[in-house]
Amino acid sequence: MYTDNRAQGLTLFWQSIWARAYPRIFGMLRERSWMFFDTFLPLLGTLSYVFVYRAIQAPEEYIGFVVVGGAMTAFWLNMLWSMASQLYWDKDMGNLELYVVSPAPLPAILLGMAIGGLVNTTMRATAIIVVCSLLFAVPYEPGSLILLLMVFIVTMTALYGMGMLFASVFLASGREAWHMANLLQEPIYLASGFFFPVRALGFWFATFASILPLTLGLDAMRQLLFADAVTLRFLPVEVELGLLVVSSVVFISTAMLALAKLEERGRREGRLIERRR
Amino acid sequence: MITSRLLDLPLLRRSDALRTFSIAAWLGWQIESNWADPLLFAVYAIARPVASVLILVVMYSVITEGATQEPIFAYIYLGNALYILVSQVITGTSWAVIDDREHYRTMKQLHTSPMDGYAYLMGRGVARLIIGTISVLIVVGVGLIAFDLPLYPLTINWGLFLLSTVLGILSLAAIGIMLGGATMMMARHFWSVGEAVAGSLYLFTGAIFPLDVLPAWIRPLGFVFPVTYWLELARRALLGDNVPRFETLAAFSNGQLLGILVLFTIGLLGLSILFYRWALHQAKERGMIDLETNY
Repeated sequence: MYTDNRAQGLTLFWQSIWARAYPRIFGMLRERSWMFFDTFLPLLGTLSYVFVYRAIQAPEEYIGFVVVGGAMTAFWLNMLWSMASQLYWDKDMGNLELYVVSPAPLPAILLGMAIGGLVNTTMRATAIIVVCSLLFAVPYEPGSLILLLMVFIVTMTALYGMGMLFASVFLASGREAWHMANLLQEPIYLASGFFFPVRALGFWFATFASILPLTLGLDAMRQLLFADAVTLRFLPVEVELGLLVVSSVVFISTAMLALAKLEERGRREGRLIERRR
Repeated sequence: MITSRLLDLPLLRRSDALRTFSIAAWLGWQIESNWADPLLFAVYAIARPVASVLILVVMYSVITEGATQEPIFAYIYLGNALYILVSQVITGTSWAVIDDREHYRTMKQLHTSPMDGYAYLMGRGVARLIIGTISVLIVVGVGLIAFDLPLYPLTINWGLFLLSTVLGILSLAAIGIMLGGATMMMARHFWSVGEAVAGSLYLFTGAIFPLDVLPAWIRPLGFVFPVTYWLELARRALLGDNVPRFETLAAFSNGQLLGILVLFTIGLLGLSILFYRWALHQAKERGMIDLETNY
């Protein structure tokens, strides 16, 4: 009996993940025009920073740094607006009410959101990298591709784990969520070194900024994509990979705890799905 | 209290448009500023623009080893600081439509009241203009203190700076209203319109790099936006002899640039009035004026 219940629970969890990921993955194919805006907007900022480096006659690998950083902005924005803010939007539109009364577990819904967001953003980020690399003839000199893939996967796990944690925080903060998401753009681009090697900010600042998964992830990916980046690195790739694994575990487990706490408090106080304008 | 006193002013009592403009500006400020306590609001208004300019400062310093005394540094820094107004005014005006239609769902009430819709949108942009102006002042202040920007009150051509900035802001407001009008007729992608236009202007108008750096085939695009002329004039007025002259705009005198900006502003304001009226009519005819898309 216990085994049956557990199997049913796992099936429900899996089905909920897939159900929430589905519209994110296939919705993109049904509304292709979104692809244009989601690729075009980060591309504009990236191109501007490339031209700044050109204006000050920076070495060519810096163009590559900006291109990789620009592609990563797509993931940060996706995490911020389609993950962290999502439960708040869902509450605003009445979907959260449906989630709560359905037997689908909220962590599974968040995980589905993360997987769906990750898949469609990867396509957009790839488009940004391809377009910019062709436009500016970026001089890649890749090292270990397997290590690169590992760094990418672990960075994304930590990033979307952070997104799951933020989803609870943003949901609890009501209409300030919108402003918080807005606030977490340029300051994060600065702290994480999206457009320059994070080492330029100094060791202690970079150490503090390493709480953000993209700080370490970007630094490691640049080292694996550009031979000269090793001289501009913050930490060795292996150390950064290890720290990212720790971040992933911490963010995901904290997110689960925060969500359980929020759900419990929301149900007790009856305010989880309360809408305010 | 303040608003009722304001509305009692004889000038406002005589003009529907001015009355609508004033109330909309007050409403916009309430919406923009009442979500947090003043300290948090101040942090919010400061953090983004300062971070945005610091990204450029670090990029510049990494390459030049901190040569912030070079004229190009002030060019980039001031361009980015002034650009805050571009994004705030353009997106602020067009976002008012999205806020009223999708978020507060008050479009029906607004457009059945006897108000001047064009003045209303202009007024809603004022709050963002105020926030943007504060941000610009803070960013320039940081530049003066931390990076020794070569700005000297006695050498600044204040007349040219103020005149070009007023013209620049009016032309931006006109663009914002046209985007607001377009938003009224859109059921999809309206979230991205203001941001896409502001992002394009950042790239094509030489806001943070000279137009000469752009590939030759894209460069002419910079000439069709008033922002290009405003930023060039503002930099010349602020930096005087310290301003670097780049090939693309060096041949234009201040008078010529100002003339072009005046023509752009008049043209865009006229066009925005016509476009807004047409867009409002279209939105009403198609039943989209109070559409709630949840898109």
